[in-house]
Amino acid sequence: MTAGHPPDVEVTLRVNGQARPIRLESRVTLLDALREHLGLTGTKKGCDQGACGACTVLLDGESVVSCLVLAAQCDGREVTTVEGLSSDGRLHPVQQAFVRHDGFQCGYCTPGQIMSAVALLRAGRAGSDDEIREFMSGNLCRCGAYPNILAAIRDVAAQGDHVEVVGAGRVPAGGERS
Amino acid sequence: MTLFEYVRPDDVTGAVDLVSADPGAAYLAGGTTQLDLLLKDGVIRSNRLVDIGRLPLRGITRDGDTLRVGALTTMDALAAEPVVAQRVPFVREALLAGASPQLRNMATIGGNLLQRTRCRYFRDSAVAACNKRVPGSGCAAVTGVARMHAILGASERCIALHASDLCVPLVALDVRVHLRGTDGERSVPLTEFYLPAGESPEIETVLRHGELITRVELPLLAPGTRSGYLKVRDRASYEFALTSAAAALVVDDGVITYARLALGGVGTVPWRARAAEAVLTGAPANVETFRAAAEAEIRDPFTVPGTEFKVELAKRTIVRVLRTVAGARP
Repeated sequence: MTAGHPPDVEVTLRVNGQARPIRLESRVTLLDALREHLGLTGTKKGCDQGACGACTVLLDGESVVSCLVLAAQCDGREVTTVEGLSSDGRLHPVQQAFVRHDGFQCGYCTPGQIMSAVALLRAGRAGSDDEIREFMSGNLCRCGAYPNILAAIRDVAAQGDHVEVVGAGRVPAGGERS
Repeated sequence: MTLFEYVRPDDVTGAVDLVSADPGAAYLAGGTTQLDLLLKDGVIRSNRLVDIGRLPLRGITRDGDTLRVGALTTMDALAAEPVVAQRVPFVREALLAGASPQLRNMATIGGNLLQRTRCRYFRDSAVAACNKRVPGSGCAAVTGVARMHAILGASERCIALHASDLCVPLVALDVRVHLRGTDGERSVPLTEFYLPAGESPEIETVLRHGELITRVELPLLAPGTRSGYLKVRDRASYEFALTSAAAALVVDDGVITYARLALGGVGTVPWRARAAEAVLTGAPANVETFRAAAEAEIRDPFTVPGTEFKVELAKRTIVRVLRTVAGARP
């Protein structure tokens, strides 16, 4: 390592539809920026190594693990966290279904599960139980609430009212994403 | 404490110049390997990360029977490309068998080629003996707990596995990797991109410091060619392969007229099975041929007690994938 402190970075995250300018050490992950700098603690830190899915958020509408993205990489991009799902005090249909089906026990993995479920439904990957299981495989639940998580997602898919999410699906200017 | 400077150059030339000029600099693309090993495991060191994520190296174009895949194309985007499903279906199968949806949204094709081994001894800097991490220090895995390790190309110096699923059909297809350095561009076949672990397990590819993968060129299979990817693992999803195999065959009147085979989960590099291909080509498409091909390929494996099971498992994986792809009777 070189001596001295590398320069901070100035980043504007668009979180749940709101521009949030912050100044950070370059090594700060999106996860830590959300939790420690913006006070959005709904996104959870589990393994902090890309394995458990607890920190899943949507970045430009696609699910990512926020522990393996630098906040600096997200400058100007749309981030949707679990806090951004409800509107007008009403829970998102996926959140309602998790409540209805008891899709959790301790609840720690739940925000990540819900974000992955939203992404899965948006991508039309709820065609069968096996397909749902496969596309939820990046989210671990140590309490073992899997059957109820599956039931919740199946339920929302059957209702077909899951699609719109704040900030999701935006293609950034410049066309760098194909 | 891991501190680094973050820079985001505006163009490819700027990025290549920055990294080439600075021995402590590294590229940052999808981040699923780089940030994991740099920030979390402390195994690699960089004092400057050059973010190439917004450079125009993303997207897939078709030129006749060749697909040009920009290095920053994500695994998910390549899997979603219709021509991949139509003309190289085993590439799509391998992509979707790898990682998790979140990681496939992040991880790039160039990064997938350069992913680092999952060997726990490599990824734990508290372990002193790792020839890949500290050249000349020995190999803790050989005498330690091994399971997800290589049996082909391995030696007492290193048994670290190249764990990519995607690279298995890619080496079967003779994909070419295009590189950009300060002195221009060059391209190498993926089969020659990786170096045998041999005496220097710390040197994994032909990439020079600062050279950047810009795209891979993927030849499509001829219409009528059948292909498949079989992955054997400890759980049904989101797990690395114990063994895997990618096969492409043309069978004409019961005789194999075209055979491509590569193996995952067994090699220090994605393993092109040329000895097996030689047995298959011109032979009848039956289980005896498939078993003979497997025996020809899995010769002289280097095993430790934890990996002995892979010898037979790899052979059966070869037979199963060939049987499936050929549509042969058991």
